Amino acid sequence: MRPFPEAARVELANVQLRTNLRNATDTIQAKRARVVGELPDWEELREAGRAIKADVLVGLEGYLVQFEAAVEARGGHVHWACDAAEANAVVARVAREHGIDEVLKVKSLTTDEIGLNDALAAAGIRALETDFAELILQLDGDWPSHILVPAIHRNRREIRDLFARTIAPGIASDEPSDLAEAARVYLREKFLDVRMGVSGANFGIAETGTVCVVESEGNGRMCTTLPPVLVSVLGIEKLLPRFADLEVFLQLLPRSATGERMNPYTSLWTGATEGQELHVVLLDNGRTRVLRDEVGRQALACIRCSACLNVCPVYTRTGGHAYGSVYPGPIGAILTPQLLGVEEAPSLPFASTLCGACYDVCPVKIDIPSVLVHLRAKVTAAQGPTRERTGMRTVAWILGAPRRLAFAQALARLLQRPFVREGMLRRLPPPLAAWTRTRDLKPVAPESFREWWRRR
Amino acid sequence: MRIALFVTCIGDTVFPEVAKATVRVLERLGHEVVFPERQTCCGQMHLNSGYPDEAARLAKRFAEMFSEYEAVVSPSSSCVGTLRESYGAGNVFELSELLVGELGVEDVGATFPHRVAYHPTCHSLRVTRVGDAPLRLLRCVRGLELVQLPRADECCGFGGTFSLGNADTSSAMLADKCDSLLATGAEVCTALDASCLLQIGGGLSRRRSPVRTVHLAEILAST
Repeated sequence: MRPFPEAARVELANVQLRTNLRNATDTIQAKRARVVGELPDWEELREAGRAIKADVLVGLEGYLVQFEAAVEARGGHVHWACDAAEANAVVARVAREHGIDEVLKVKSLTTDEIGLNDALAAAGIRALETDFAELILQLDGDWPSHILVPAIHRNRREIRDLFARTIAPGIASDEPSDLAEAARVYLREKFLDVRMGVSGANFGIAETGTVCVVESEGNGRMCTTLPPVLVSVLGIEKLLPRFADLEVFLQLLPRSATGERMNPYTSLWTGATEGQELHVVLLDNGRTRVLRDEVGRQALACIRCSACLNVCPVYTRTGGHAYGSVYPGPIGAILTPQLLGVEEAPSLPFASTLCGACYDVCPVKIDIPSVLVHLRAKVTAAQGPTRERTGMRTVAWILGAPRRLAFAQALARLLQRPFVREGMLRRLPPPLAAWTRTRDLKPVAPESFREWWRRR
Repeated sequence: MRIALFVTCIGDTVFPEVAKATVRVLERLGHEVVFPERQTCCGQMHLNSGYPDEAARLAKRFAEMFSEYEAVVSPSSSCVGTLRESYGAGNVFELSELLVGELGVEDVGATFPHRVAYHPTCHSLRVTRVGDAPLRLLRCVRGLELVQLPRADECCGFGGTFSLGNADTSSAMLADKCDSLLATGAEVCTALDASCLLQIGGGLSRRRSPVRTVHLAEILAST
């Protein structure tokens, strides 16, 4: 994975991207703030959401077994997958058993995480995205940059040109309704023809074996009801103990995600009805490793609302691709390194100023800044001896005694002398060159406070 | 009241005028300020950069020196946040918190005839949660015209070592913060954290902007 600072540099150069992002995230943020403000018990809801998720993580094993039994009792099939390869193999096998070479997909981060589309393609099965934004990205060989609004980095003119090249030759209008109609015409036939749907899930209910998908467009409802075969891939952390728990999450999620009081489509299915077949894949893929970390495990409480992305001053500048994962933004910065292991994404925990805006909006109160700090320590420990570590140790040693600090201050005063211009440091050698490339630096004062206090 | 001053490492080294102003304000209000001379740093930089052992040693030093005091004041909300939230030092207060919350003072008798924009730093907003204490203090300053900063609660991009390790993103955030500031027509940008003022002041200086950065303590100390 490319280090975040490098990837960010490329994205920051794209002014159009920043403008698109800023406009979109400003709009969603304002809507979210408005509808959250309507609820007098928002803080209690957040606390309830946090508590339910914490309970799920503590009792996960029991809830999973309960969920499996409930799904099978209602005619569904449950598959356990340790990793991406196992999960992908289950989906491919189900398709092959039915002689199916094309499947319809509901927008799903989990299936993106495991690279399902590519795995199916390798098995000779075409996976067609039916979410409007996911379809756009698939047609263009692009990938999502936002959890909820995957094509947030594209504007409507780009989409019109893409459609003209692909599914709607000759389309001239870039009106949103015309673009949506073009996608609708293209997809409608598929919904009626294709015999297998693949979904992720927002929630799985341990008590009843119910799977729940929350969406805006209705394509998910089509995919989960029209084809006779449905495969749903759930991360094991997606469970809720009781059906009644949806009461909390169906208030938290739409308000945090799209700034709506209620999302347009909430589909719930329990087992399979006659003539239909349901497979549920329970995916680990690193989650049990995250679960072992007492501080980091709260990342598994995430309900993928993306409120943390929309308020993040880093994400809104760099966009999602800089995070190099299907999970971008603050939640991605704590989830990706934990799912893959910190050595695979060591720069992500540092891709934050720890400003705390994410924690304030999180509907399940994930303390993202604390987890970031926790993961930073894991990264530096994994890296062993580095120049940075030596430097940090030296600074800590200097700060360990006031007379050493005073000596360092005196030395800095001496060393900075050739660099001071009109009272500021304008160009410094590395590592401070990173600062002075865009900013001036206030120099070390001629007299420290300590010195002033003594002579006072 | 007898109040111990925690000057912070950056305050001692780069912003001594902020600490001097803190002393002046408190003494003017009739309090005794003491300065435990063995103090150095709270360990925030080490903690936030992934070196918790080094941070813990510095925080322990801090506790040894300051736990005996009823109240410790520091003109830095991020250091206060680290000490209180990460190390449980309940007797440490950021200056505006101490004045408004603990001492019940809003008018400190200051005069500062300038247009001022207040940048609520992230740690004062979301960690120490000082609320409107700084605004209450600023509203009582004679001659001061407070202007509203657009997107005030958005981070300036400093973030400690983030400003070096992610310099490009940090600079992009800073550019937006400076743009917002300049749009207000303010002469002065104030905040509760010297580190954020180091970033914002550095950005403004590079732009050759006449807008100055002044710590809240310095405004409250001017007469």
